[in-house]
Amino acid sequence: MAFKHKDILGLQDLTAEEIELLLNTADNMKEISKREVKKVPTLRGKTVVNLFFEPSTRTRTSFEIAAKRLSADTLNISASTSAVQKGETLSDTAWNIEAMKPDIIVMRHGISGAHHYLAQRVSYSVINAGDGAHEHPSQGLLDMMTMREKFGTLQGLKVAIVGDITHSRVARSNIYGLTKMGANVSLAGPPTLIPPGAERLGNVTVCNRMQEAVEGADVIMMLRIQLERQGKTLLPTMREYSRYFGLSADVVKMAKPGVLVMHPGPMNRGVEISSDVADGENSVILEQVENGVAVRMSMLYHVSGGGPTE
Amino acid sequence: MDLLIKGGRVIDPAQQIDEKLDIRITDGKIKELGKKLAADKSCEVIDAKGLIVTPGLIDMHVHLRDPGLEYKEDIVTGTRAAAAGGFTSVVCMPNTKPVNDNKAITTYIIAKAKAEGLVNVFPVGTITQGMKSENLAEMGDLKEAGCVAVSDDGRPVTNPELMRRALEYAKGMAIPLISHAEDLGLAGDGQMNDGFTATELGLKGIPWVAEDAATARDVYLAEFTNSPIHIAHVSTKGAVRIIRDAKARGVQVTCETAPHYFTLTEDAVRGYNTNAKMNPPLRTGEDVAAIKAGLADGTIDAIATDHAPHHSDEKDLEFALAANGIIGLETALPLALTLVEEKVLDLSALVAKLCLNPARILKLGRGTLEPGAVADITIIEPDRKWTVEAAKLASKSKNSPFLGMTMKGQSAYTIVGGKIVHKNQ
Repeated sequence: MAFKHKDILGLQDLTAEEIELLLNTADNMKEISKREVKKVPTLRGKTVVNLFFEPSTRTRTSFEIAAKRLSADTLNISASTSAVQKGETLSDTAWNIEAMKPDIIVMRHGISGAHHYLAQRVSYSVINAGDGAHEHPSQGLLDMMTMREKFGTLQGLKVAIVGDITHSRVARSNIYGLTKMGANVSLAGPPTLIPPGAERLGNVTVCNRMQEAVEGADVIMMLRIQLERQGKTLLPTMREYSRYFGLSADVVKMAKPGVLVMHPGPMNRGVEISSDVADGENSVILEQVENGVAVRMSMLYHVSGGGPTE
Repeated sequence: MDLLIKGGRVIDPAQQIDEKLDIRITDGKIKELGKKLAADKSCEVIDAKGLIVTPGLIDMHVHLRDPGLEYKEDIVTGTRAAAAGGFTSVVCMPNTKPVNDNKAITTYIIAKAKAEGLVNVFPVGTITQGMKSENLAEMGDLKEAGCVAVSDDGRPVTNPELMRRALEYAKGMAIPLISHAEDLGLAGDGQMNDGFTATELGLKGIPWVAEDAATARDVYLAEFTNSPIHIAHVSTKGAVRIIRDAKARGVQVTCETAPHYFTLTEDAVRGYNTNAKMNPPLRTGEDVAAIKAGLADGTIDAIATDHAPHHSDEKDLEFALAANGIIGLETALPLALTLVEEKVLDLSALVAKLCLNPARILKLGRGTLEPGAVADITIIEPDRKWTVEAAKLASKSKNSPFLGMTMKGQSAYTIVGGKIVHKNQ
């Protein structure tokens, strides 16, 4: 099958078949990064612009490496150096970039829906590298790729996602993607960090205790907690958060043997995850990062219309 | 010059009239209603066969943006939009720039409306100075200058003690008080209704309890102070229930809703449609049903547009950055008429909510076709189908969620003080 979308704005918009296609291509792309010459000419002559309105090291670097391994020309624009600081609107920024004839824009933006806004107004492809609390599809895909590598399938997997669901675009993309692929998702967090109707986001169970979600899980995905949330209305202290929703070796034992421990990064060691778990034998956190490059190569490849990879 | 409106279905709730009658207008006033009135030679005749003739519609909640925000709307374009929509009177909220918290601004609005406006303009003054919820505004002065009510619309009076005193003081000055019932702490920086749709879109929600808790506070304060209160733009099931219960125990509370609250749900926001962003936000299907029930049983007295023009630069933005509010003057009538088609209201009850009730709540001395009354009249073509097109809207701003939709029903003639100010081609 061919990938028919101009843009990738979120996993909610994709079918299970499309997600599978992206993951299959990513599996193939991963091999390229292991070669001595880590480059194929697939996107030669294409221009990929990374437009980042929020600071990011991991995602931006990963997209840049992915584009370069496909031989695209890349350039990075970050909000701190852009005209946005001077009050330019997103549409003006987008049109100015369009005038320079790019092929793909990879954007991160702090406002949910900013990518929908952009994609409706420009002719080039838009890839969402994170919008507000909405979606982060490349993260969802790389998480699913990592799980699929270990278990061979996503069908029937029990995945616990723990932490601040309300403000998490990583959680939403994983929920949309995983439930479409047949996984069972349990969410855990204090009710102040679980958004209304979360149980209707897919085949999802909501738990108030972390232990309920983790019990018998194949995968535990910890979310980053924003340290600014403590002491306001949502949480009393990080100390208490960590006691109830931090992942320790004792909690890991409640899951299935061989459970995968994941984290999208950057981690708050000692808050949502203890160092022994983060660095322990169940942790696949660095494999997630490795797969991130492959998934992003796949996304860039498919929005460019596919074609031969060699 | 005399005007004779012949053969229309005349609906005047104040006189409990719903029948085919002719209306004669002399010197800007209703002269007589009757069958087969004769036209003399100097008289202009409107053939109203197949049309509905009602007292001029009154929109008790609009933002004309004049003075200070004329790039969004002004008194000329705003009253032109009103006339096109069938409204002969508009009641304009005080959140202009500067705000209408003193006689000078009120006088300016009235003078400009008189000189250049197409329809009657009744200004609302503020409850508090600068709408800052700190000190009471000079309500006596505002009333003398011509304000028909006070409201800090757009913002609640945040301090409950101040609201209590405002109700007492307004009662003493015999000026109606209109409450924008919103608990800002609960509403926070929310962007749409709190619930599943907001969760899916990753947008921060405004929970229904932000409106209900504030409505309850203000209804209790009205009960405690034995003062009348009017609740603006009711959008939730709970607010309807609170007001229904309060009316049942004799609290002097009235309220309005807007056409979008009985027409659209939060689903209209999907795709991050900034023309579906307003405050209070579009709610759920359950709330829409409760609003209709409230209209049907009389809990909701009036339909007002909350006409809130914004420049495209303020709407054509990422959702979180876009301004709250939509225009409504030119789409209210057909949307209201759907309530008759859906049998929520009969035509007479609907007309009452669009003219008589607002006139009574604000003591405007209009809203009826009784002989001797000012000849403000709307002649409605109920079956006319038309499409909402930005280029054809009279309003300066085009921020409507109904763009591109087909509407049924429109004003054929809008008549203010016996003068035809709008005639549909």
